[in-house]
Amino acid sequence: MSTTETPASGIGPVEGDSLYSVDNPAPVIEPPRKRTKKTPKSTRGNFELAAWLFMRLSGVVLVVLVIGHLLIQLVLDGGVSKIGFAFVAGRWASPFWQVWDLLMLWLAMLHGANGLRTVINDYAERPNTRLWLKGLLYTATVFTILLGTLVIFTFDPNIR
Amino acid sequence: MPAGTLYRGREGMWSWVAHRVTGVLIFFFLFVHVLDTALVRVSPEAYDTVVATYKTPIVALLEYGLVAAILFHALNGLRVIAVDFWVKGARYQKQMLWTVVALWVVLMIGAIYPVLGHAARELFGS
Repeated sequence: MSTTETPASGIGPVEGDSLYSVDNPAPVIEPPRKRTKKTPKSTRGNFELAAWLFMRLSGVVLVVLVIGHLLIQLVLDGGVSKIGFAFVAGRWASPFWQVWDLLMLWLAMLHGANGLRTVINDYAERPNTRLWLKGLLYTATVFTILLGTLVIFTFDPNIR
Repeated sequence: MPAGTLYRGREGMWSWVAHRVTGVLIFFFLFVHVLDTALVRVSPEAYDTVVATYKTPIVALLEYGLVAAILFHALNGLRVIAVDFWVKGARYQKQMLWTVVALWVVLMIGAIYPVLGHAARELFGS
């Protein structure tokens, strides 16, 4: 702790004896982010770590879900030409595809929202701009996830 | 380019830029796509009318672009995971990027007929 004994230069000789000895110990440098009585625990949690891990885990799952989705919608069985209300009704008659689409919706929206959060953090410098952009992002994300979930769960093939 | 620059202006940086740009584009499409799909709760006619625009030649070209963005983001995302979790990932990041690009080119060539075929038939007659 005490720095009173520190020599003028902390750099020791390149060769020869060490600058410090038992009688002249090197100063103890306190870790910059050491926990004190006032902050016994981290107050921020590991959100960024969780977000980082989520991007990788959801990414792997999304590769399967989205490429499968593209194959079904754009490649197989006539590609985009076959898509219509009847086609959607046929697929959502099966719980398997309902779960597929629901999982894809949630993972893709959260993955994309976190990606855009990173982009905002990188480029929007004024605190107000960041606040508003993130507010818009989170509002749009929650709205879209809820709307999509509602549509999947309340889909009615006999609407007309 | 200054000597000794490992990242700036090289494969690492440009793959990061491409990953970011494709990610943002895909996210914006996702909003639109959830909204257009939500029309199945309005009426079959409303949904089919909007989906009809997805079948026009110009939008088919946009779909091909969407497939391009998604395939790159997916393949490069797997590369990012490999760089993060595979012990030799960072050492082989460049080779992995060129593998990603090669796979992407092959898949994009394979996607031409399925994604753009109907548009070509409409434009030039079957």
